[in-house]
Amino acid sequence: MNKLIVSTSPHIHSPLTTRQIMASVIIALVPAGVMGVWVFGLPALWVILTCVAACVLSEFVWQRLNGKKTTIGDLSAAVTGLLLAYNLPPTIPLWMAVVGSVFAVIVVKQFYGGIGCNIVNPALAGRAMMLISWPIAMTTWTLDGISTATPLAVMKMGAAATSSATAAGPAATIPSLWNLVTGSMAGCIGETSALLLLLGGLYLMWEGIISWRIPVIYIVTTAVLASAFGHGGGHFPHYEVLAGGLMLGAIFMATDYTTSPMTAKGQIIYAFGCGLLTALIRTWGGYPEGVSYSILIMNVAVPLIDRYTAPRAMGMPVKSWLSKGEAAK
Amino acid sequence: MKLPTFLGGVHPPEGKALTEDKAIETLLPKGDLVYPLSQHIGAPCAPVVAKGDHVKVGQKIADTEAFVSAPIFSSVSGTVKEIGPRMTIPGSVDTCIVVENDGQYEEAPSLLENPDSKPRPEDYVKLIRAAGIVGMGGACFPTHVKLSPPRGSVIRWIIVNGAECEPYLSCDNRLMMEHPESIVRGLELVLELFPDAQGVIAIENNKPKAIEAMSAMVEKCGNERIRVMPHKVKYPQGAEKMLIWSVTGQETPPPPALPADVGCIILNARTTYQIWLALTKGRPVTHRIISVTGDAVAEPKNLEVPLGISVQELIDACGSFKEDPVKVLAGGPMMGLAMRSLDVPVVKGTSGILCLTAKSAWIVEESACLRCGRCVEVCPMHLEPTLLDHAVRRRDYAEFEAHGGMSCIECGSCAYTCPASRHLVQSYKDGKAAVTAARRAAAAAAKAKAEKEAKE
Repeated sequence: MNKLIVSTSPHIHSPLTTRQIMASVIIALVPAGVMGVWVFGLPALWVILTCVAACVLSEFVWQRLNGKKTTIGDLSAAVTGLLLAYNLPPTIPLWMAVVGSVFAVIVVKQFYGGIGCNIVNPALAGRAMMLISWPIAMTTWTLDGISTATPLAVMKMGAAATSSATAAGPAATIPSLWNLVTGSMAGCIGETSALLLLLGGLYLMWEGIISWRIPVIYIVTTAVLASAFGHGGGHFPHYEVLAGGLMLGAIFMATDYTTSPMTAKGQIIYAFGCGLLTALIRTWGGYPEGVSYSILIMNVAVPLIDRYTAPRAMGMPVKSWLSKGEAAK
Repeated sequence: MKLPTFLGGVHPPEGKALTEDKAIETLLPKGDLVYPLSQHIGAPCAPVVAKGDHVKVGQKIADTEAFVSAPIFSSVSGTVKEIGPRMTIPGSVDTCIVVENDGQYEEAPSLLENPDSKPRPEDYVKLIRAAGIVGMGGACFPTHVKLSPPRGSVIRWIIVNGAECEPYLSCDNRLMMEHPESIVRGLELVLELFPDAQGVIAIENNKPKAIEAMSAMVEKCGNERIRVMPHKVKYPQGAEKMLIWSVTGQETPPPPALPADVGCIILNARTTYQIWLALTKGRPVTHRIISVTGDAVAEPKNLEVPLGISVQELIDACGSFKEDPVKVLAGGPMMGLAMRSLDVPVVKGTSGILCLTAKSAWIVEESACLRCGRCVEVCPMHLEPTLLDHAVRRRDYAEFEAHGGMSCIECGSCAYTCPASRHLVQSYKDGKAAVTAARRAAAAAAKAKAEKEAKE
């Protein structure tokens, strides 16, 4: 007989692993990516492949150089690459996509200790860095080979009642509802098809990878508050939901485990905060879009939210929320 | 109908199909019987026999004066061959009494003064101690201590724990199916001690035959203070605090509080059976039922075995291994102890021998925590397991304590569900041991200081 292994209980384990979680996220993201390539053509495919390859390779090289165990097998770097690509315009020069990927994986993820330790979402932080560094390349949109504006930018200009001299041409109009649902509109590679993003989100909920809380509360809060704030000049709230990066952000970015709260109560607060900030930025901010920065800001609030929403252990006295925060210190 | 349950918990594969239809078989020992002197929580016993003495079935061979302890009995008749060190289930070498079986099974006299009449209720607790009864579910807490709640506490519930939430095990299930009357009668005897209490027999819903047998027996006995309460199937339903919550809706405060502080006493099904055996037949704890199971065993069985028998004999009785096991556990897969040798004796708390092949055992390297929150969701004590784990790995035991680490019941739900396969329970065991050691050291230092001051 072989030698018996002695270890602490439990001796059985649920089949779910980090790798499987990441694989499910990739599967859920595929349809929207295919649609992106369909709408924007081959350049979109090159951007996606470049980002994924750059993310995986930079994680591998970094861990090798530092004598750490390679963790590219957990597929988290591939997910970061995919999400970053989905947040880029299809016309972005590929070298910029590479710089963004390296920044996301090495500076945002590995500098903080690798998977599970980063304080903000790597893909979103990568995008934010690119938006600051190359504002024009990051906000040039084309559809069917013609430069145009994103629906939210059109809404913003409409709301501000300014002339369209600087931004888009006269062709810039708000797309039909059908085009919003399917994704035939200007925008980032992966954010345009609301229907396919929703499909991916439902798959992740079905698989138990994410809960409904963050996406639903985030989307509803944004729609209700942006309409209440009078954003969009009388358009229905569904434009708020379907146009721009809200679906992608709410389903795939805000639900990132590492940078969202662990308790149900915390997730509700966090999602509401994301929705509030998005509505504020869209209505009164300088950007037409607000999803990336809202999520990044709420990411850094997560440790605080976690502290104040810590569950009460069974048999412990009920404390006020203030003293709970004190005790956790 | 909504069945009672608790918040949190997990649903591991049950694995009970291997043994749940196997009737209890009696196994006679072939080799020597080995009795470790500590088979319970509390003070270890000292031998009351010497090498060369003749002993009978049910004869006391070790005892102590300490209150939190329980005597140990021979399960065969024969000669005391040796009193010396032997390896035990946890892998430690302890002092054991070794008895050579003469195969005669001569019985020692009854524990009862007058075997023909019922003992007086005021003698029950004394007799239960004399019979060496401890929590037979695996915790091995001396039962007479449980039945002596602190003065002033009012016991309102006696809960018989037939949940058997550990996967693979079916020894309690079989006992409830085959000996329902002994359990109900045992519960009736305990209820005599607590006039304000009602008796609840809690069984998970995946044991319909046990529920049926126990319900029929409760009806037949016609005791209005006893009822059977089926529970939703969820691990760890059989943990004391989860059972108290689902039966009574009360939370047990953290240690040192006892279930008695919320008016509850929890007795395992086999423990209740042993109470009946002691108070009506005058027989001490000498045998128990063990599920010998797992995908490495040729013929999984439920065996009634004498305590002290070697684990190897149990496996031989089940047709040995059909595949090489990588892990052999005493107990279930969620909380059982992994053994390094099969040449160790069965003790009072051994509820199962589970032999797992590489296919079903969990042997993986851990990776980094994703903060996915699954552990927080499943923790039945509503702790934040990942924070406790981080605190222990930083050796920040004050933080471990502040986050309620000492309340952890080590059920393993968090580690079972963790996608990064973190060795969470190992961390909590370390953390609890460190905090306990620090508390002891602090108490000793305070005592020394007080003594020094008193001298001056």
